[in-house]
Amino acid sequence: MGAISIRKVVKRYGHGPKANQVIHGVDAEIADGEFIVIVGPSGCGKSTLLRMVAGLEEISGGEISIAGRVVNDIEPSERDIAMVFQNYALYPHMSVFDNMAYGLKIAKVPVAEIKSRVDKAAAILQLGPYLARKPRELSGGQRQRVAMGRAIVRQPAVFLFDEPLSNLDAKLRAGTRLEIQKLHRELGVTSLFVTHDQVEAMTLAERMIVMNAGRMEQIGTPEEVYARPATTFVAGFIGAPPMNLLTGRATGQRFAMGDVAWLLPAPAPRDGELILGVRPEHLDIANSGWPLTVDVVEMLGAERLIHGRLGASTGAVQVTVRVESTSHNAVAGQVLQLAAAPEHLHWFDAQSGQRVG
Amino acid sequence: MVERRPILGILAHVVLILGVLIVALPVYITFVASTHANEAIIHPPMPLTPGSHMIENYTAVLTGTQEGGGSKAMVGRMMLVSLVTALVIAIGKIAISLLSAFAIVYFRFPFRMFFFWAIFVTLMLPVEVRIAPTYKVVSDLGMLNTYAGLTVPLIASATATFLFRQFFLTVPDELTEASRIDGAGPLRFFWDVLVPLSRTSIAALFVIQFIYGWNQYLWPLLVTTSEDMYPVVIGIKRMISGGDAQTEWGAVMATAMLAMIPPALVVLLMQRWFVKGLVDTEK
Repeated sequence: MGAISIRKVVKRYGHGPKANQVIHGVDAEIADGEFIVIVGPSGCGKSTLLRMVAGLEEISGGEISIAGRVVNDIEPSERDIAMVFQNYALYPHMSVFDNMAYGLKIAKVPVAEIKSRVDKAAAILQLGPYLARKPRELSGGQRQRVAMGRAIVRQPAVFLFDEPLSNLDAKLRAGTRLEIQKLHRELGVTSLFVTHDQVEAMTLAERMIVMNAGRMEQIGTPEEVYARPATTFVAGFIGAPPMNLLTGRATGQRFAMGDVAWLLPAPAPRDGELILGVRPEHLDIANSGWPLTVDVVEMLGAERLIHGRLGASTGAVQVTVRVESTSHNAVAGQVLQLAAAPEHLHWFDAQSGQRVG
Repeated sequence: MVERRPILGILAHVVLILGVLIVALPVYITFVASTHANEAIIHPPMPLTPGSHMIENYTAVLTGTQEGGGSKAMVGRMMLVSLVTALVIAIGKIAISLLSAFAIVYFRFPFRMFFFWAIFVTLMLPVEVRIAPTYKVVSDLGMLNTYAGLTVPLIASATATFLFRQFFLTVPDELTEASRIDGAGPLRFFWDVLVPLSRTSIAALFVIQFIYGWNQYLWPLLVTTSEDMYPVVIGIKRMISGGDAQTEWGAVMATAMLAMIPPALVVLLMQRWFVKGLVDTEK
C-alpha cells in the first residue's frame, strides 16, 4: 500500500535557457514496507528529491506516485506521508501532546481517537512522562522522538526522514539509529531516509540509493553497493577509508601506471585505459607483489591503517592498506610487498567511471 | 566592569537618583497641585506638600463642576473617549500589521516587493506631513466627531508591519512545511502558529501603540469639534482658560493626574511581557 515509484524525475529552478537543473532524471521503484536510504555528498540533490516526494518542492518533470496514485499535483497533507525534519520543526508554543495531535485535529479526527493514537505513539517512543512539556524543556534526543511521534500518529503510507540524526551527538545518534530500525520493524511502513553519513546509510538501509550531482549512481542493498560499486564515485564514497583507485593502462595481465608496471593476479576484463579499484582491507602484505613505501601508520585499536606510495617517487599513487593490528607492525620508510586476490579487483572505465566487467 | 570600586558605585547611584528626580519631580508637583485649592497654588510660594482639597478637586473634574473660566467638560467622558481611541488604535494597528506582514512574507503575489517598499517608505512620512489631505478625506467621508475619524487614519503602521515582517523571517521554514504536511491552510497556520509565536511582540507593540493612541493631540484637535468627543489630552489644554479669566489649576492638575493613570497601568501590568517582547523570542 505504500509503494513509491519515481519515474524520470527532474528538478529545475527558474525557466527557459537560464534554468538551473539540479536533478537529472531519477528512476526508482520502492516496494511497500521497504527502508530506502538516499545517500550522497551535500548538494547532490538528495534532500530535493525527498522534498519532491513530500510535495514541498514542485516536480519540474517526470512523475512520482505513492501507493499507485500520481501525486505531482497533490498537496503534501493529502499524500499520505509524514516527514521528520533535521531541526525537528516542532511547534515551540505547543505541548508535546499538541505537537503530535495537531495534524489529527486539523483532519477532524475524534478527540478520543486522537488521545489513544498519541498515547500509543508516546508509549512506543517512551515519551509518556513528557506529554505536557514544551519542546524547549526537552533534550535534543527527546525532541527527535517527538518529531517521530508526530509522524507515527498520522499512520501514513510513507515516512520521510530528512537527515533526522545530524543534530544529535555521536552517542545519541547510534542509539536513535537502532530505535529507528526497531520502529521500522514494528510498523513496517515504507521509509525514505536522507543522509550524508554512509554509516547511517549502511546500517539502516534495506536498499540504498547513492546520488551524486543530481544523478542516481547506484541503487541496491548495502552489500551490493559495497561489493560491486557501479561507478568510481560510489567506490570512493562508500567505505571508510575509501577504495584505492589507480588509473593506468591494462594489457592482458600487465597494469602500467606511468613508467611502472605490475603483474595482475588475473587478466583485466579488457585492454586499454582503466581504473583499478581495491579496498584497503583487500590488500594483503605478501612476500612478493607491488612495492609500497610506507609513509604513515595509524593505529585504530582493532586494526591498523598503513598509508604509503605505490610506484616510483615521481607520479606515485597514494594507497591505504588496512590490516589487523596484531599482524604487521610496519614503520615509516619501510617497503612492503602488496598482493590482492583476483575477485577483489574492481575495474572501471577511465573516462566514464562506469564499472567494467 | 568586573571591578567594584566604591567611587564608581556612588557615582552611578548619584546619576540614577538625579535621573529619577528629573522625571519624578514634575509628576510630584502635579500631584501636590492637584490637592490644593486654587488660592494656595497661585499665591507664591507654591506649597510642596499635599494639601487638603484632593477629594474636592477630583470629584469636581470628574463631574465637570469645577469653578474657573476654562472648559467644564466631564473628565470621565473624555477619559472614555481616550480609552476607546487608544484601544482601537492599538488593536487595529496590531491586527492590520500582522496580516500585512503575513502577506508580504508568506505569499508570492505580483509586485510583492513594490508593496513592501511602499510600506517601508511611509515609515519616513510623519503624520503631520499628510495631515491636510487626510483631514480632507475624513471630513468628506463625514467622519468628523466620530470614533472612526479619531482612529482609522492612525491605524496603518509601517513600523509595526516592519517589526512583524522581521519576526516572521526568523521563523524557520521547516515550521511552515511541517504545518503544510499536517494539513494546515495558510490562515490556520497564521492563527495556530504565527500569532502564538508573536505574542510577546504583540504585547510590546500593544504597550507602545496604546500610549501612542492615548497621547494623540494634534489629530483629535483637528477632527473633533464637539465637547463629548474630546479626548482627555485636549481636555487638559481646554481647561486652561485664556485671557483674564481665572484658571482652576487644582482641577487642571487633577485631570492631568487622571490622564496619566491608564498608560501607567498598561505599562505596569504588561511590563514583564513588554521586556520579553523586546529582548527575546520564543524559539
